Amino acid sequence: MATLDLINVEKSFGPTKILHDISISLADGEFLVLVGPSGCGKSTLMNIIAGLEEPSAGQLRLDGRDITPLPPADRNISMVFQSYALYPNMTVAKNIEFPLAMRKVEKSKRAERVKSVAKLLQIEHLLERKPRQLSGGQRQRVAIGRALAREPRLYLFDEPLSNLDAQLRLDMRTEIKKLHQRLGATIVYVTHDQIEAMTLATRIAVMKGGVLQQLGTPYEVYNRPANIFVAGFMGSPRMNLVNARLMQNSSGLALDIQTGVRTPVRIDLPDMPSAMNAHIGTDVIAGIRAEAVNLVRAGMVAGPTERVFDARVEVIEPTGADTLVVLDLGGNEFTVRLEPDVSLKPGQDARFFVDLAKLVCFDAKTERLIA
Amino acid sequence: MADRRSTGRGADRVILYAVLLCLALLFLLPVYVMVCNSVKPLDEIRGGNLMALPIAWTIEPWLTAWSTAQIGVQPTGLKPYFLNSFLLVVPAVAISTLIGALNGYILTQFRFRGANLLFAAMLFSVFIPFQIVLIPMAKTLGILGLAGTVKGLVFVNVVYGIGFTTLFFRNYYAAFPHELIRSARMDGADFFGVLVRILLPSSGPIIVVTVIWQFTNIWNEFLFGASFSDYSSFPITVALNNLVNSSTGVKEYNVHFAGAFIAAIPTLVVYLVSGKYFVRGLMAGSVKG
Repeated sequence: MATLDLINVEKSFGPTKILHDISISLADGEFLVLVGPSGCGKSTLMNIIAGLEEPSAGQLRLDGRDITPLPPADRNISMVFQSYALYPNMTVAKNIEFPLAMRKVEKSKRAERVKSVAKLLQIEHLLERKPRQLSGGQRQRVAIGRALAREPRLYLFDEPLSNLDAQLRLDMRTEIKKLHQRLGATIVYVTHDQIEAMTLATRIAVMKGGVLQQLGTPYEVYNRPANIFVAGFMGSPRMNLVNARLMQNSSGLALDIQTGVRTPVRIDLPDMPSAMNAHIGTDVIAGIRAEAVNLVRAGMVAGPTERVFDARVEVIEPTGADTLVVLDLGGNEFTVRLEPDVSLKPGQDARFFVDLAKLVCFDAKTERLIA
Repeated sequence: MADRRSTGRGADRVILYAVLLCLALLFLLPVYVMVCNSVKPLDEIRGGNLMALPIAWTIEPWLTAWSTAQIGVQPTGLKPYFLNSFLLVVPAVAISTLIGALNGYILTQFRFRGANLLFAAMLFSVFIPFQIVLIPMAKTLGILGLAGTVKGLVFVNVVYGIGFTTLFFRNYYAAFPHELIRSARMDGADFFGVLVRILLPSSGPIIVVTVIWQFTNIWNEFLFGASFSDYSSFPITVALNNLVNSSTGVKEYNVHFAGAFIAAIPTLVVYLVSGKYFVRGLMAGSVKG
């Protein structure tokens, strides 16, 4: 497989900048997911990697070799398209064989390759069919099979699951992950679905408005989002963001949270990054994930990073695996994830633990993570 | 619905079908007159009724029209000109269809600057009346050394056909999924590889439309044939005109009818064989599914 380096890649159409100075380096065998809302430039970036569009500036290196001027066919990159893009006039076997035939691979070798790919993806019984005779999931497999057939250096997936129904999407997601583990292939994958990004990626590139917002492992992106946008975009439910003022306390740092007309609630913070000290006395935005909150039960003692707070229950949304509860926290909505059989009612006041071990704070002005 | 139609609407249906039948007969009448009189001896036509069935059946007029009627200098019948028309139509249709496909491919898949303007210009050529280009075209054929030859007629008809064929293919390919082309490019297909292996195999309906359109137009074309050919290269339409308008001797109406029918047979066959594709192809892309 291969390493991929994007070096200061830019793209503009006339005066409109689609991509701003994107630099990403992928190690061999990495699974990079480009994620972001529609219009963020992720598909453009993928097309540039594929060679279907030219960057306005910057360079692409595959295995250290500059591929920027190469046409798509000479890059040794395979792509799986959102619409599958199966050739309607060819059978499944011919579809899988096509990239090999175009490369003038020997006939016996082609047949062998088609066979092994079909076996890997369990589509052997479909080989003689035409694409229109296949279901969505089967088409998806064939499209992946065609990408696998020529054993490229790099695989590109352009929202490959978005045309499938919900159940099939989960199955195919698992299958793509399995495939990655088995092949050890380097993959770039585009999606607007942040859950797909979290589950599949070894690294995630979050994009917005043509700007790379954050590049990191799913863990980093989820727990240490680089800015407010990433915090809100990644994770479902989204991260709770609370306006507060950072204060110096006798024992350390504390947050003053303005809750309506009452005096601010003061919450003592556990050890925080030293960069926080520079922001004492300024407004910050505190980010807390829904699962950092628990309902207080009799006999429970707060841990070293846990704090107690009271709030009114507004909405209860059971999802089966757990229950999402929207709390009213001084006029702000605050979503928490509780156990499935929690016995709360809307309108009820309750007491909660919040674990601040994973608290993140953002500068209220720049909206960037303070770290 | 079904029972209402069988009771109350029964009479309406009968009237409807009666009207349709009458209209069909009306439209078929000229064909009947042609066929019926082409198998009559000349005396019967002169002496009797055009509508009457022949008393003495004969295929002599057909044989005369085909092989012995006086058209040019020699009494050759329509045979050599029929062949001329095939030598003209087959390459002209093939070349103009292929160029149309190529143009449609380029105009839809390579969004170069001025693509729409170029397409508009090609479309405009569809509306240029034949008469306007006669003199410049005669000059061009002279320069190319193709004047008075079947090749020259092929050239003229290809040039005139490109506007139509480009229009057909461009509109068909505009609805063609873009990702298929991109996929083929990534898979290693080159410029012609994409056209030959992906686009053309998926172009069945529009190829049928284009071929029928071009075939009938070029087969029936008269003005270019009359202007740019000579005795050796007349297409069938010009030969038929010469047959009917020859001023010597008696008017052999039965031979004229037979000749006209011979000239119409190829287009009739083309329509009968592929007419349903024609309608289907014209609709393709306009409606989803």
